[in-house]
Amino acid sequence: MLNARRVLFKAGPPLLAVLILLLAWEVYVTAYDVEAWLLPAPTAILREAVNSWPRVKMHTLATLQIAVAGFALGTGVGLVLAVALHSAFPALRQALYPLIILSQNIPIIALAPLLVVWFGFGILPKVLIIALMCFFPILIAALQGLDYPDPAMLDYLHMIGAKRSQIFWMLELPNSLPHVFSGLKVSATYSMMGAVISEWLGAQKGLGVYMRLSAASFRTDRVFVSIGVIVVLSLLFFASIAYLGKKLVRWNNRREGN
Amino acid sequence: MLELKQISMHYGAGSGRIEVLQDISLQVKQGEFAAVIGPSGCGKSTLFKLIGGLLQPTAGEIWLEGKDITGKAGHISYVPQQNTLFPWRSVESNAALALEVAGTPKEAALAEARTWLPRIGLSGYDKAYPETLSGGMQQRVSFLRALLSPQELMCLDEPFGALDALTRAEMQQWLLDIWEEHRRSVLLVTHSIEEALFLADRVYVLSPKPARIVQEITVPFARPRTAQTMTMPEFVALRQQIHALLGAR
Repeated sequence: MLNARRVLFKAGPPLLAVLILLLAWEVYVTAYDVEAWLLPAPTAILREAVNSWPRVKMHTLATLQIAVAGFALGTGVGLVLAVALHSAFPALRQALYPLIILSQNIPIIALAPLLVVWFGFGILPKVLIIALMCFFPILIAALQGLDYPDPAMLDYLHMIGAKRSQIFWMLELPNSLPHVFSGLKVSATYSMMGAVISEWLGAQKGLGVYMRLSAASFRTDRVFVSIGVIVVLSLLFFASIAYLGKKLVRWNNRREGN
Repeated sequence: MLELKQISMHYGAGSGRIEVLQDISLQVKQGEFAAVIGPSGCGKSTLFKLIGGLLQPTAGEIWLEGKDITGKAGHISYVPQQNTLFPWRSVESNAALALEVAGTPKEAALAEARTWLPRIGLSGYDKAYPETLSGGMQQRVSFLRALLSPQELMCLDEPFGALDALTRAEMQQWLLDIWEEHRRSVLLVTHSIEEALFLADRVYVLSPKPARIVQEITVPFARPRTAQTMTMPEFVALRQQIHALLGAR
């Protein structure tokens, strides 16, 4: 009861802002009689979403599939790499770190055609693009948590004679969990974006394809339907990671007083 | 028995060299409660880092049970000054930590910790998380963690420094009762004169930086000690003596 009220209290203002925006949009389009190919009204977009749902659903599932696959691969690699870099010799770490930063400076637009040349038109090059975008936030976040545990706790473990592996499992790993979840949230958002971008660059189906075809034929309403679906999916993805984080990292919630 | 032999310690070199400890020799005998008292910032934390093996002294040796442990970690059990309970571990799991580090299987360590919780006034808190406990309760868990660990010598680094006066007095009595029952070797570092005199058999008084031992005092009061001990004329006299030693510089 108290919880429901709190949720309403928190979700109320942003929801209201979105509603006002949509209303203003609707009024503007109707009042000035704006052409549908230029800017369709929110109600028209909603109507189109309902009418074309079977097709949109097919594209959505395709996008979701590569997004989740890319996210899983990217975050998996990011976590493993974080642990590896954390335990590696400082020299190895110094050698690899610039390369990792460099990987984020390669423009996806330039890389995508190459990946297609190397790996064909299948699902693999797209998943690789998404993974490339997803691994970085989680790697940086996890490293932060692994490298900087509480110094007093670290001293304590050293003093009572804890071994390197014990320090990792008892202190560094749990300490990195809140950071990992922050990274996962960023990666989750990137994965949807990455999926759409990778589909622009060559695919048979997916929201990116649908969006591009719709734009080419001036079906602006369908472009907005795709945008809406992407936004909702991103939010859902983000929220489920946040929920999972709250369940798993309970000590941090308490510290923040939530 | 713990023995510090002419320990000296400085940080840095050249003109930036800071002398912290100078020729410190002290002993903690088997089953003895020893205390080191000194003004704030006299290098007491450095002393524990040396005994704990985190630092290497610039001169001198540290011996424990006839073995040279200078610069070697893992030979003491330790109650740090700050709260170092692990927030992701429950109370029982925190208390079992030192046992786990020493190699006791997790389940056995937890079972041992659980049997102890009622004895430190925390029955029913097995599954609670440290954040939900008061400062005094947290420090009791921290103490139990050290008490359960197999290393005989317990080092207490101003364990009650962060507590309010009332809780502090309560905790001192609590610690005393537990210690009188179990008689582990204890080295307490504190800057409360009353605390040192009330708890310890032997008190080492340190000078300000660079810290030297200015006096070793054998505390004569019989055990078990109670709050009345603190009002005895001898207690007051010793307190004034130490106060003068600390304030002399």
